[in-house]
Amino acid sequence: MSAVTAARPSAGRWTALGAGGTVALAFVVVLAAAVAVPWLLAPVSPLAVSPADGFAPPSPAHPFGADESGRDVLVRIVHGARSSVGIGLAATALGAGLGLVIGFASGLGPRWLDSALGRVIEVLFALPTLVLALLLVAVLGSGTGPSVLAIGLATAPGYARILRSRVRTVARGDYVAYARLEGVGRARVLLRHIVPNTLWPLVATATLGIGQAVVWVAALSFLGLGQEPPSPEWGAMLGAGRVYISTAWWMTVFPGLAIVSTATALTVLGRRLSGATA
Amino acid sequence: MSEVERVPDERAAALEVRGLRVALPGAGEVLRGIDLSLSPGECLGIVGESGAGKSVLARTLLGLAQDDSSARVTGDALRVAGTDLLAAGRRARRRMRGRDIGLVLQDALQSLDPLRTIGAEVSESLAVRGVARRDRRRMVLDALEAAGLPGGETLLGKRSGELSGGMRQRALIASAIVGAPAVLIADEPTTALDATTAVHVLDLLGELRDRGTALILISHDLNAVARVADRVAVLDAGRVVEQAPTSRLLESPAHPTTRALLAAVPRGPKPATGPSAPSGSSASAPASPEFFLAAQGVTRSYDGVAAVDDASVEVRSGEVLGVVGESGSGKSTLARLLIGAESPDRGDVETSSPAPRVRLLPQDPLASFDPRHRVGRILALSRRDGAPSEEELLAQVGLDASLLARRPATLSGGQRQRVAIARALAGVPDLLVCDEPVSALDVTTQAGVLELLTRLQRERGLGMLFISHDLAVVRQISDRVAVMRDGRIVEQGGTERVYAQPQHPFTAELIAAGTPGPGATRRS
Amino acid sequence: MLPAARWIAARIGRAVLVVWLVATIVFFALRSSGDPLEAILGGPGSQAGPDAVAAARETYGLDAPLAWQYLVQLWRIATLQLGDSYARRQPVEELIAAQLPGTLLLAVLALALAWVLAVAGATIAASSRGRAGRAVNAVIGGTEIVSTVMPQFWLGAVLILVFASTMRWLPATSQPGDTAGLVLPVITLAVPIAGFLAQVSRDALTEADAAPFALTSRARGAGETRVFLRHTLRHAALPALALSGWAFGNLLSGAVVVEVLFARPGLGRLLQEGALARDVPLVIGVVTVVAVLYVAVIIVSDALELAVDPRLRRAKRQSLAVPETAVGS
Repeated sequence: MSAVTAARPSAGRWTALGAGGTVALAFVVVLAAAVAVPWLLAPVSPLAVSPADGFAPPSPAHPFGADESGRDVLVRIVHGARSSVGIGLAATALGAGLGLVIGFASGLGPRWLDSALGRVIEVLFALPTLVLALLLVAVLGSGTGPSVLAIGLATAPGYARILRSRVRTVARGDYVAYARLEGVGRARVLLRHIVPNTLWPLVATATLGIGQAVVWVAALSFLGLGQEPPSPEWGAMLGAGRVYISTAWWMTVFPGLAIVSTATALTVLGRRLSGATA
Repeated sequence: MSEVERVPDERAAALEVRGLRVALPGAGEVLRGIDLSLSPGECLGIVGESGAGKSVLARTLLGLAQDDSSARVTGDALRVAGTDLLAAGRRARRRMRGRDIGLVLQDALQSLDPLRTIGAEVSESLAVRGVARRDRRRMVLDALEAAGLPGGETLLGKRSGELSGGMRQRALIASAIVGAPAVLIADEPTTALDATTAVHVLDLLGELRDRGTALILISHDLNAVARVADRVAVLDAGRVVEQAPTSRLLESPAHPTTRALLAAVPRGPKPATGPSAPSGSSASAPASPEFFLAAQGVTRSYDGVAAVDDASVEVRSGEVLGVVGESGSGKSTLARLLIGAESPDRGDVETSSPAPRVRLLPQDPLASFDPRHRVGRILALSRRDGAPSEEELLAQVGLDASLLARRPATLSGGQRQRVAIARALAGVPDLLVCDEPVSALDVTTQAGVLELLTRLQRERGLGMLFISHDLAVVRQISDRVAVMRDGRIVEQGGTERVYAQPQHPFTAELIAAGTPGPGATRRS
Repeated sequence: MLPAARWIAARIGRAVLVVWLVATIVFFALRSSGDPLEAILGGPGSQAGPDAVAAARETYGLDAPLAWQYLVQLWRIATLQLGDSYARRQPVEELIAAQLPGTLLLAVLALALAWVLAVAGATIAASSRGRAGRAVNAVIGGTEIVSTVMPQFWLGAVLILVFASTMRWLPATSQPGDTAGLVLPVITLAVPIAGFLAQVSRDALTEADAAPFALTSRARGAGETRVFLRHTLRHAALPALALSGWAFGNLLSGAVVVEVLFARPGLGRLLQEGALARDVPLVIGVVTVVAVLYVAVIIVSDALELAVDPRLRRAKRQSLAVPETAVGS
């Protein structure tokens, strides 16, 4: 080849955020606040009933309107972040954690283990995620714990797949081979090269994954299999408000917007991260 | 814009360019006043390093650069096969392509649509002009035959991936000449080919020229250009710095750029400066113990095919063994067997005792660097006791200490290769295995790295295994050479002896492929 | 054996393995979740006499050892007898057969619509050039991201709100056979898939357009239309084709939500009710059918890919193509 490989401009780790990424990051920060300290952002109880305000449309008193029992929708959304995002976070931690273990075992272990795990992962992946989650819910029941378990276990095959592929690529890569050639011990190669090159991309993927998990958690509640009313979880709010959609649209639209915005922000952030850490 | 009429006079220049300037968005002025002319039956070679503007020139001659509305193309004259490209509108320029001018790019695997059949690809320029299907088939077969593929019918239904490298490139050429264009531009047509195949393709281009096509041959490879071109133009930073008949340019270059280019081309035997003689005796480097690494009759197969077949070579301290062969000949596998990355199915790899410290210069240095590490860390991790500091290591390979804070992905190809050398040196090696270390570099960069390697090897009395497909490069650096083909070593011995008196026909073929005379294929 | 026959046999073999593993997991999972008798006798808290209990136990074969029950279940699945639903006292095959066509219709229509939207989006993005082109590309790119994360239950609700409640153009709920009622559910299902397919198509299109073979084609005098239709479009469709298998799985997931939202009878709603009632045979049956469907679609899309891109015949591809940004379907 005649061409000299062109030098790329120096790419710092965090400079790739861009306009979209910054907005997404800001949103996620607000979200994190809502999860951690909702009472600071909305010092009213999300369960406080106020029949006089039943079905109040959006107004200065109730920016997002009120539901059938007069509870302020915005307040409920802020407090609901803890359920929606919290469960999504927990489920992602479970799924990614399991995926990590399986991925490493598969990518670094003996070949028979890799083959066996690979087959199992493919099989589990043969079921669409929500279907698998519903199956698990049928076993475990509904509620917070089962939701975390169901979504976590249902997404674990996906993470395992990604991690297995990544670990194998890195472990078979040239820089690992070179280090081994230099006589560097296996443990040191693992810590020095394999783990950092696998873990950081996982952070990016998991960020994306939290967004998707939030959607699935809400889906479970919507189907009546997750959180039940009067929980301010966003999916449950959507499920409850569906009946009144023609008369009180704000009960459905705003919780849904919360879900969409969260998922979008996390996806954008996850992509920027993967661009910076890949 | 009205279409300019084609000039019917055959003795008129096929191509005339005067004062051509091209400015592209984001790149500024890429061509700064080019003057060229070409007659039918003549071949003009255009050489220059990457970034000189060769590809932009090709696109402008095809009328493609003008299609980008933010590009500015100006000049006194730009006439290709009768069409005035400065005056012609988009439609007129498009009509000219395929009919009056054809393009041949490098690597037919990428340049032919892999999803379409050969028949479809070769006939495209005819289909575009509405030539009837019956006529198309006949013209396609004729073009394939003219390109050296007489059994055309069997190829029509195949796809490019099913053909060998040489056949693919010929099919690509056929697709460019099927419309019998007056002008043909070949942009690096042989870069992706083995030396022996490349020669045949160049000869084919010479034939086309002899039959009356005006040929422009763009290449970084001066040998290729010397084989086919009547005149050569040297392009540097968007300007033609020298233009002369081929023999005069090669023998007495006038411009410093040309001279630098020619000086960088590897030619001739290993320079004998310094105490070691080029005939294979051990080095007289001070007090270095004799290390060696030897493969004895090693065989390694993958999927039933022997990548290396009963090969025996020895790498010794103070001596450079070159391994030369075409792609797929097993050179890299042999290297991996020697360094212990693979175990042979048969045969042994022996080492001296104490065992030598072996380091590798890989083919793709970027892939062998941890993408998360900076140069400083890479060097620090590879240091062994007795190695100099990171700054010193960089200095030894001619790099500035400021590179320690950079990531390898931000360095140029030549810099990366030097960092790879520094890393190898950090291990205080006794033997160095170099796998195609300069193949991806520009000619001038390549010369610099080769010079560095030779000097380091001499100063430290290192033993070296140097793998390359380029015989001229191997000749420059090796004391002994082994020629590989299909996994077997067909010949081995002192470099100059093998070069002067090759015993094996394949060796002779390789040598012939690498040495052109100017206009060597010209029929008088 | 012919290579084609061998490929099909291998694929079917793997499909059987998948279904078997799924059925096993489902069986043990559901059995471990509590006494099925509860579900059969009408849910927790029902007061059934010992005679009813004994009779139920015998009818459903629950007095046999667990391993035997498992083998019986497998045999039943293999012979397509899926048992009787606990809650509804009907044969599961009948229930599934009744609901399958409706869901399939939805899924197929949605996949088709997603493809159309994806190709349209990619084409528009590719044919806009210059500064306006960059803006168009940015907008389409943003739309893609949002559509891929859009929860279907929300999109559907918004569509109902706008088109059914407010403008009254289309009905909010529908029955099979009702064409107008198909529109909103199909759109709701198709949008997220369209987003993913559009993303990969657009990337592939841009890459193909800059590839050497496109330059060669232009150098032969081909105009932009020809280059697009005969060269780059085919290359752009490849990754979308590869993803269609995964996309179908996503559609089946989405069908659960969409059918509930639009109150359409179908496999998804059946699954949801079965999960709520802990109806073991029904859930096993539905999940097995879903697995079979999914695997069948993957086989078809693999075959199509091989037909379009002969390069793949030489490579050994094992795993399913999945968008990089998806951890599930």
